[in-house]
Amino acid sequence: MKRAGFDTIWLPVALLMPQLLIIAIFFYWPAGWALQSSFYLQDPFGFGSTFVGGENYTSLLGNDQYKRVAVFTILYSVLVTFFSLAIALLLAIKADKVIRGAKTYRTLLMWVYAIAPPVAGFLGILFFDQSTGPLTKFFQMFGWDFKLGVDYNATATAMVIVAVWKQIPVNFIFFLSGLQSIPRSVREAAMIDNRSATGRFWQVTFPLLAPTAFFLLIINITYALFDTFGVIDALMKGEPGNNPMTLVYKVYLDGFRGNDLGGSSAQSVILMVLVLILTVFQFRLMERRIHYT
Amino acid sequence: MAQVSLEGIRKVYPNGFQAVQTTSFTIQDGEFVVLVGPSGCGKSTLLRMIAGLEEITEGTLKIGDRVVNDVDPADRDIAMVFQNYALYPHMTVRKNIGYGLKNRGNPASEIAAKVEDAAKMLNLTEYLDRKPAQLSGGQRQRVAMGRAVVRDPALFLFDEPLSNLDAKLRNQMRIEIKALQRRLGTTAVYVTHDQVEAMTMADRIIVLNAGRIEQIGTPSEIYHNPASTFVASFMGAPPMNLIRAQVEQGEVRINGYDGLMPAPASQNGPVTLGIRPEDVVLDDHGNIPFRVDILEELGAHRLLHGVVGEQPFSVMIGKDDAASTGTATLNLKPEALRLFDPETGRKL
Ligand SMILES: Nc1ncnc2c1ncn2[C@@H]1O[C@H](COP(=O)(O)OP(=O)(O)OP(=O)(O)O)[C@@H](O)[C@H]1O
Ligand SMILES: [Mg+2]
Repeated sequence: MKRAGFDTIWLPVALLMPQLLIIAIFFYWPAGWALQSSFYLQDPFGFGSTFVGGENYTSLLGNDQYKRVAVFTILYSVLVTFFSLAIALLLAIKADKVIRGAKTYRTLLMWVYAIAPPVAGFLGILFFDQSTGPLTKFFQMFGWDFKLGVDYNATATAMVIVAVWKQIPVNFIFFLSGLQSIPRSVREAAMIDNRSATGRFWQVTFPLLAPTAFFLLIINITYALFDTFGVIDALMKGEPGNNPMTLVYKVYLDGFRGNDLGGSSAQSVILMVLVLILTVFQFRLMERRIHYT
Repeated sequence: MAQVSLEGIRKVYPNGFQAVQTTSFTIQDGEFVVLVGPSGCGKSTLLRMIAGLEEITEGTLKIGDRVVNDVDPADRDIAMVFQNYALYPHMTVRKNIGYGLKNRGNPASEIAAKVEDAAKMLNLTEYLDRKPAQLSGGQRQRVAMGRAVVRDPALFLFDEPLSNLDAKLRNQMRIEIKALQRRLGTTAVYVTHDQVEAMTMADRIIVLNAGRIEQIGTPSEIYHNPASTFVASFMGAPPMNLIRAQVEQGEVRINGYDGLMPAPASQNGPVTLGIRPEDVVLDDHGNIPFRVDILEELGAHRLLHGVVGEQPFSVMIGKDDAASTGTATLNLKPEALRLFDPETGRKL
């Protein structure tokens, strides 16, 4: 393969500059600022700040509420990731069988994807409305007096359901195209080699889908951790009260509602480290990933 | 090993297209049958119905003495080799070959031994731990063969297994597949659109055209006694010459030249006359003028293309025979003449 080269260093630098500027202004600068302010204690009324070293971090680690939120975040991410992947895979397998119908499925499910997270949250509120919400009524049928925004478990359930509902279309599209890129003859060969459809799925189809599944796993963990902010904000109706929340939401709540900029900065630094770990993990595994061609 | 019989088999696809018209034939135990025909004539459809990958619209399919219409592909005791080999990309060669055995509950030690044997037979031993992506096209083809032979099935099904190989490898594999099938004695159905493969490999050839059987016969019958103009022009390279002629007073004539052979007396009128290019003799005293336009060098033979009475015609001559473009005269070997109905194309 021929490699294109540049005669001078200045052209590539100039071409990269806008992108680098954007990253610097919107990422490195605030990140650096957060890192710095995580070592200070801000005056709640904005009159200066005092250097406190690692105190913001140590007090976080000793904080029971922070630990509870962290545990909930992990549980929430696991549930959202698992259900959005599993349901999407199931739908994709069904759709793949009726390839003709796939187009309709695809369009129908893509609509959901086009909905912004806060809108999804508000739609969720409608689902879970105390007197008219269909899902509220559904839960009531089982004897659960579902009170969104009041009852901890009810809000948590609603958060998971709305977040999963919102994420299924993306996963579905990727799974479906992954399934459709498996050659028909490979599956037919498997039909002759193995009479069990379940066996064929786990031994032939799923391994061939694994690169897609792994990519989606990372995307979904990231989504559950960070991108569900809008959903949570809408479902909570701005009343944290007794409601569950994720770490990202707590950063916002402590920093902008509680005016604890130092503590909030320390939390975001912790989240940045988490993202860093996830990214390194992803690249490590991507490199080792087998390419089937 | 088994006999395969198709009784009134028909295939209509869900979109209403009839890909295979009502068809019946029987394949004998241990026989190598080749299905041949132009693209889209329904060869793969027929094969896939035998494999169980395509539903049979109508008719009865028997493998051995079991009706298998509603039997799962995995339970039909067949093995299939696909055109693109259909290997499992994530499995090693060893696992690819052993997968079918594993799912049939054979003990691991037995599978390992059988896989080793099959690999040895196909010269794959040193590649057993590679993935398909790390193999050449010819080696992948062998793995696909290995996957079929290792199970020792009652029936081999091949769907154009050699069409992705280069000419040299194709010739070599053709001979190997045939030899392997002979040695194992397994009944085989082989689909191809390459008439050379059909002629060289088959015990019997089935020529298909537009979802219909044109002729079933040994390679020699198909070549020398084609049942229709379709078979005559499809089988054999170069194809049989087909020209318009007349039957008059019990004799066949081309454009009023001398009578060539006695014809069935009742058949007065126009006919299509067929003759293989190698059954034509260039002869200075011949009675049919032939204008040679192109001289094609084939190594062992030479092929002269030209016109007889304004109809395209070709003649095959030995490599040492003198020939040049321009006019010549020729004779036809009377015993090699075949007559066809000009309307239906069927043999008279
Ligand atoms: N799923 C399908 N639905 C409708 N028509 C089909 C379907 N599959 C094949 N056909 C049609 O049936 C006919 C026979 O197809 P088939 O694949 O058997 O041809 P073939 O003889 O194997 O051709 P080739 O040599 O190109 O492989 C074709 O005209 C094809 O368009
Ligand atoms: Mg075909």
